[in-house]
Amino acid sequence: MITFIIKGLIRDHHRSLFPIIMVTIGVFITVFFQAFMGGFLTDMIDSTARFSSGHVKIMSRAYAENSDQVPNDLALTGVNELMTKLKQEYPDMTWVKRIQFGGLLDIPDENGETRSQATVAGLGVDLLSPGSTEIKTMNIAKSVKSGRMPQSPCEVLVSNDMAQRLGINLGESATLISSSMYGSLAISNFTVVGTIHFGIEMMDRGAMIVDVADIQQVLNMENAAGEILGYLPDGVYNDEKSQMIANKFNQKYADSVDEFAPVMGTLKEISNLSDYLDLANNMAATIAFIFVIIMSIVLWNAGLLGGLRRYGEVGVRLAIGEHKRHIYLSLIYESICIGLVGTVIGTALGLTAGYFMQKYGLDFSSTMKNINMMIPLVFKAKITPVTFYIGFFPGLLSTTLGTALAGIGIYKRQTASLFKELET
Amino acid sequence: MKNGQLITIKELVKDYPVGKGYFRALEDINLTIGEGEFAGLVGPSGSGKTTLLNIVGSLDVPTKGEVNVLGQSIGSLNARQSANLRNHSLGFIFQTYNLLPVYNVFENVELPLLLLKMEKDKRRELVDQALEWVGLQDKRKSRPAQLSGGECQRVSIARAMVKSPKIVLADEPTANLDAKNSHNILQTMEKLNQELKTTFIFATHDDKVIQYLHRKISLDDGRVVNDEQIIKE
Repeated sequence: MITFIIKGLIRDHHRSLFPIIMVTIGVFITVFFQAFMGGFLTDMIDSTARFSSGHVKIMSRAYAENSDQVPNDLALTGVNELMTKLKQEYPDMTWVKRIQFGGLLDIPDENGETRSQATVAGLGVDLLSPGSTEIKTMNIAKSVKSGRMPQSPCEVLVSNDMAQRLGINLGESATLISSSMYGSLAISNFTVVGTIHFGIEMMDRGAMIVDVADIQQVLNMENAAGEILGYLPDGVYNDEKSQMIANKFNQKYADSVDEFAPVMGTLKEISNLSDYLDLANNMAATIAFIFVIIMSIVLWNAGLLGGLRRYGEVGVRLAIGEHKRHIYLSLIYESICIGLVGTVIGTALGLTAGYFMQKYGLDFSSTMKNINMMIPLVFKAKITPVTFYIGFFPGLLSTTLGTALAGIGIYKRQTASLFKELET
Repeated sequence: MKNGQLITIKELVKDYPVGKGYFRALEDINLTIGEGEFAGLVGPSGSGKTTLLNIVGSLDVPTKGEVNVLGQSIGSLNARQSANLRNHSLGFIFQTYNLLPVYNVFENVELPLLLLKMEKDKRRELVDQALEWVGLQDKRKSRPAQLSGGECQRVSIARAMVKSPKIVLADEPTANLDAKNSHNILQTMEKLNQELKTTFIFATHDDKVIQYLHRKISLDDGRVVNDEQIIKE
């Protein structure tokens, strides 16, 4: 009987081709959308972790309360001792100190007079220590657009956009005018040895990357840092694990009333990405659910139309003694076959499109000039194991559900009127 | 079943609800139909022919009275038992053939055997035999759209006969055929009736069919008004 059904499906294009096209389109959209959204959200979370929050971040309580102002006068002190403890307690994790700072970058002319100047959002990271993970974490070396990486103290990278705007030439001196940890004026000269382009608008607008030891010295922050960032061993954010680490750390200082006591927060808490993270976690199920509903309704209608076309066939089958349940099940088998074929084709197409999107991405840089989020300028998809099977939920469920709904009519059909119905 | 009587009908009444009342389609029908009969239910439209065929074919149930087909009381069968009776013992021939257009002649005739879960070799043997009975061996790969009306009805006969049912019910089988094809079809059915002893029951008002009948049961307003055996020379 299965062979009989499959023969019918192959020969009757109205019964197979249209539903297969429907399923293919639905599954393609599901698979591609899942890969695209997964990639976009992962990129955003990943960028936020790498550049801003780590998987966990330690600040002083006072700094944490005003963290949007980057108040270095409230920075953590005794960071070297704290980092030693953290490395002992969590040896698999990577711990780095960072200092965010603001200031004015002044470019002098040959007479030492201001030629151009701009505000900068600077970041002090460990560039020069042997074995520093920061260059890899922030992908700094690969993001150098021109020039080279800093190799000695007082060498800095500035964003490529800013370098062009200010007309900075490589090797030129630039003066940073900022405020020290104690509120006094801090002025220091640096040599611009390279320009950098991260592909993240917020970082590329006016960034200055400097070695953390240099900026500690300039801002009088010896053995102090605004933030200590921690990264989980596999480099992938895990909210549950991060929360556990943060809770354990914070418990130690629970009784302290010192406003400079360290406090640890997770990426989800710090970056206001909780909604995005929840969305990312539920993305697969949400997309599958939406498409199951939409496609079920569409395929239910297609099933009803098909049912009208096959009214005579079902009537004959009932008349010659086929049980209603058997006919109903045979329609379900048909829908499973259609669902499988459509899902396989749709998944293959979705994966192909997702692969190209993962490799090349879509460049939105021109539309995101003034954005203040850690969003990559090139949106890329990410193919995960879920991408391979997510399409099977809408593909199979919706066809089966649609057919199951449409096929109920078989049970309502009166055999007593078959002769009359089959004579028209 | 007594003395080769396949169908026994006693005091059959069939009512259909119409609004708050009912319409009586059949009243006080008493009949017996035996093995190998070639009988016709004859009468004008609305006389109850198709209703009676429906009940005998286990597609409908009596309101009152007893209808016994092949030893089974039609009124007491559930849907599954009715389907089983039709599947195993009854064949149906429709006015409009009702062949499945995406399947070829062989596959259309094979369908009832698939429902009986018969082995492939046995199915092939029986389908070939049925096609031989109706003279369509050379059309086994053709689709219904490639056949004439007469050929389609012969496929329909082969489909009804392939499982060698005890009874074949045919509702206006020649209504869509021209005179030549009608005679061909009726001769084919008459031959099968004689060779295989299959009981044929027609519902018809077509004179071409009536002239082939061996027994004519005339209905009018839901009652049997005449029941006559026709002696063939």
